[in-house]
Amino acid sequence: MIPVCRLEDLPAGESVRVETTPPVAVFNADGEIFAIDDTCSHQDASLSEGWLEGCLVECPLHAASFDLRTGLPTCLPARRAVRTHRVSVDDGTIHVHLVAEEGSAA
Amino acid sequence: MRTITVVGASLAGLYAARELRARGYDGRLVIIGDEPHPPYDRPPLSKDFLSGKAGEDQLALCDDEETDELAVEWLLGVRARGLDARGRSVLLEDGRTVVSDGVVIATGASARRLPGPSLAGVHTLRTLDDARALRTELAAGPQRVVVIGGGFIGAETASSCVALGHDVTVVEAAPLPLLPQLGPDMAAVCAALHARGGAELVTGTGVAALYGDASVRGVELADGRLLPADVVVVGIGAAPNTAWLAGSTLALDDGVLCDDGCVTGLAQVVAVGDVARVGAVRAEHWTSATEQPRVAVGNLLAGRTAETVRPLPYFWSDQYGSRIQFAGRRRHDDTVRILEGSTEEGSFLAAYEREGHTTAVLAVNRPRPFTRMRRGLPAAVPAAA
Ligand SMILES: Cc1cc2nc3c(=O)[nH]c(=O)nc-3n(C[C@H](O)[C@H](O)[C@H](O)COP(=O)(O)OP(=O)(O)OC[C@H]3O[C@@H](n4cnc5c(N)ncnc54)[C@H](O)[C@@H]3O)c2cc1C
Ligand code: FES
Repeated sequence: MIPVCRLEDLPAGESVRVETTPPVAVFNADGEIFAIDDTCSHQDASLSEGWLEGCLVECPLHAASFDLRTGLPTCLPARRAVRTHRVSVDDGTIHVHLVAEEGSAA
Repeated sequence: MRTITVVGASLAGLYAARELRARGYDGRLVIIGDEPHPPYDRPPLSKDFLSGKAGEDQLALCDDEETDELAVEWLLGVRARGLDARGRSVLLEDGRTVVSDGVVIATGASARRLPGPSLAGVHTLRTLDDARALRTELAAGPQRVVVIGGGFIGAETASSCVALGHDVTVVEAAPLPLLPQLGPDMAAVCAALHARGGAELVTGTGVAALYGDASVRGVELADGRLLPADVVVVGIGAAPNTAWLAGSTLALDDGVLCDDGCVTGLAQVVAVGDVARVGAVRAEHWTSATEQPRVAVGNLLAGRTAETVRPLPYFWSDQYGSRIQFAGRRRHDDTVRILEGSTEEGSFLAAYEREGHTTAVLAVNRPRPFTRMRRGLPAAVPAAA
């Protein structure tokens, strides 16, 4: 379980990158917090720098879009999903639970 | 339509095939490509593929599953040598003819070469085979590399060669590289990346000749200077692949001339990607090659120009650890203003402006505000015909 930041420090529409290996991107999509792998499944770009619209984030390099709820790409050029990670808010702090830590590597 | 033929098995050709199937075209679909390889992505060739960070498996544009779904008849390793006057049959170099109801021209561009005899150690970088050859030669240990041409591909190649430990000099004939694309202020900022990254940049002098016997030994500059070299990479731009269309009735002028909907003089022939001059503009950008097929295929199936492209030029480049992104249509006398960051810190967002409007944006290592600005730029309104 990795602490990310205070909930109030991630307002709606914002995102933050967590320097884990591999890095994780955490989003506040209209009040709901999501975490996915930060590196685009297409090439080398950081999804935490992407364009957030509802539950979709658009990659800043070639505009592939990913659904934060599933990690699945909704358009080309990405063809593979990014991993999603569980998020919890404890005492006002956002935590990410990396999937590998929970024993489900995929 | 019962047979549609795509000529050129690369980025734009593949996107056209995808679009045809996505729009429900279930007839015969033939793709002709003169390279032996299935479609692959070119931008990494000068970046992560050259530096060794990415392998060939990461270049593939389509996987087995998609290949099955597309149900394409691939004719790879064979060149198209002509299109008949009515645009109904594509003639192949091996003598075969593919009779078609519709044709998508996606033959891209080829690297320009220097005149003169070919010497070992002199490379261009456009194809996978080019990149493999260069990579092999660079793997032989530290060498003196001269890159001719300071454009994006030249700069990326230089950057990758520095990362591999080579001694690199870039030669640019103009006073600064990238002047036409970025204008003097921002071209100067990007030129400084070479020195910061560890490559030498020589500007304002062209190349007089390459010297050597069987293998290249160096480059002679127009001002008389000699630059010794073990490897020379020629990055002086690309020319559209239209020679095969010489006997057709299509209008050719630095590309295949099309209207704003990618339709040529023949309603059943469309052109996309680096080879297409769409509404007077020929782009050599990845994003144009992926966006045009949607409109082109729609028009091909409609039999007329029902849709037009509304392009907002966009390209990116990775060099010396910096990501450069540019979008919009800069004109030569636009003014530039830094909106965020600074050129000194190597991370900034700049706007090109004219009469109070933003015409283009440039960012170095600022992807997020860049996207915000890019989305605010107006797409081109098609010029009245
Ligand atoms: C090294 C490199 C780096 C790049 N980096 C970037 C970047 O960072 N950002 C960016 O925006 N763009 C970049 N580009 C440009 C981008 O790759 C091109 O815009 C894109 O490949 C164009 O796609 P296309 O399908 O139109 O043409 P191409 O990719 O050129 O494909 C055309 C295909 O048609 C084949 N062909 C040609 N003639 C015939 C014939 N007569 N018969 C059969 N087949 C034929 C060719 O062999 C080729 O396979 C880069 C290009 C290169 C080479
Ligand atoms: S790197 Fe994300 S779409 Fe290409």
